[in-house]
Amino acid sequence: MKVSIIALAASVGFAATAYAADVVPTAVSYTDGAVEMSLTGMAGNPEEGANIVGDKGLGNCVACHEVSALPDIAFQGMIGPALDGAGDRWSESELRGIVANAKMMFEGTMMPSFYKDTGYIRPGNAYTGKAADDTLGPLLSAQQVEDVVAYLATLKD
Amino acid sequence: MNKFTKGLGACMTAIIVASGAMAEPADDTLVINEDIEIVTRTAAPAHLSDVMDEVMSGWLFRGTETRAMEMDDFDNPGMIFVEKAEDMWNTADGSEGKSCADCHGASSEMAGVRPVYPKYVEAAGEVRTMEMAINDCRENRMGAEKWKYIGNEMVNMTALMASVSRGMPVNVAIDGPAQSTWEQGKDIYYTRFGQLELSCANCHEDNYGNMIRADHLSQGQINGFPAYRLKNTKLNAVQDRFKGCIRDTRAETFAPGSAEFVALELYVGSRGNGLSVEGPSVRN
Repeated sequence: MKVSIIALAASVGFAATAYAADVVPTAVSYTDGAVEMSLTGMAGNPEEGANIVGDKGLGNCVACHEVSALPDIAFQGMIGPALDGAGDRWSESELRGIVANAKMMFEGTMMPSFYKDTGYIRPGNAYTGKAADDTLGPLLSAQQVEDVVAYLATLKD
Repeated sequence: MNKFTKGLGACMTAIIVASGAMAEPADDTLVINEDIEIVTRTAAPAHLSDVMDEVMSGWLFRGTETRAMEMDDFDNPGMIFVEKAEDMWNTADGSEGKSCADCHGASSEMAGVRPVYPKYVEAAGEVRTMEMAINDCRENRMGAEKWKYIGNEMVNMTALMASVSRGMPVNVAIDGPAQSTWEQGKDIYYTRFGQLELSCANCHEDNYGNMIRADHLSQGQINGFPAYRLKNTKLNAVQDRFKGCIRDTRAETFAPGSAEFVALELYVGSRGNGLSVEGPSVRN
């Protein structure tokens, strides 16, 4: 299921001209790891962002990060720092940069880059184990990144 | 997901969140059949001295019930497949009409073979795995069909070969003619594959002991392979697990039996030098 959801999201992102205003992954401008400009020009939806953070087939952020504000989501990971208070610690631009490509701020971090579509070693076609084809898109769409950023900004201590 | 499992899940999370100790490897010792003492933690081999002090079997990272299943052969579902392989060991096959036993004697005579594989085989001029050695026997001594690399017959036979060496220390050679293959395996171990850009080391060197979602990350040691996994209720070949791990980084994975996985098995095997051979183990 997670395969189809992400594939669908990616293909919609590419096919629909309504998304033409999105900043494409290769054009995102990072300053000290932060991204000032919205990737979509539209505000993110924090409720949808919470869904993406917790959904195994979408962002699945909780695989590595604990989020106390989402107590119904079982088995939260402890690989990365807890996201509690992320909205206090980071500005919106910093949150956007970290979600889009955390390696720009934290060199060598284990965290996957969620808004990137080039530069991979042996990229696959989702979780099939087969090679990626030319529909390979970022892990999250521009709007999904904005939704996650909007949600993280609500996490205040 | 029904209400019960949902509730249980939430409860488990609460426990995990509340108690960091839950994620520590178990403080436990493994003796199989009250007889075979298994080294499940020991000083890391010299080549790992800059990254870790101690190597630990995946057994220590599993729950109490799963650990208990491996303590007695009657409780270890993997042993059924060892018995099947024992029958095969004694059955003639191929144009030469020979069984394994005709040349090698009892399967127990093979004690000590598993701990040194993969190894450089002079006559072949390459590093070979247990599977490759078995197929070489089948093809060239028995005149029999090769087995599929991770097919049932092969996995069962490697389980038999592991079982007769249980308790013996893994002792894979990394120098001499094996060195270039070992270096290749090391490169693969540290390569961040796929769209998630994860290397073996990201999880199994830098984060063993931590939870990644519901999984308790181990050191990814392979001394327990083949492993009976409760998840798929079958014996799993080590290179089948490699294939799944790399697939889960959203990468184009490698094939079991490929040169890349042979090199990776040599390298990962050597990271467990000093741990006991434990296969067939029981894992999640």
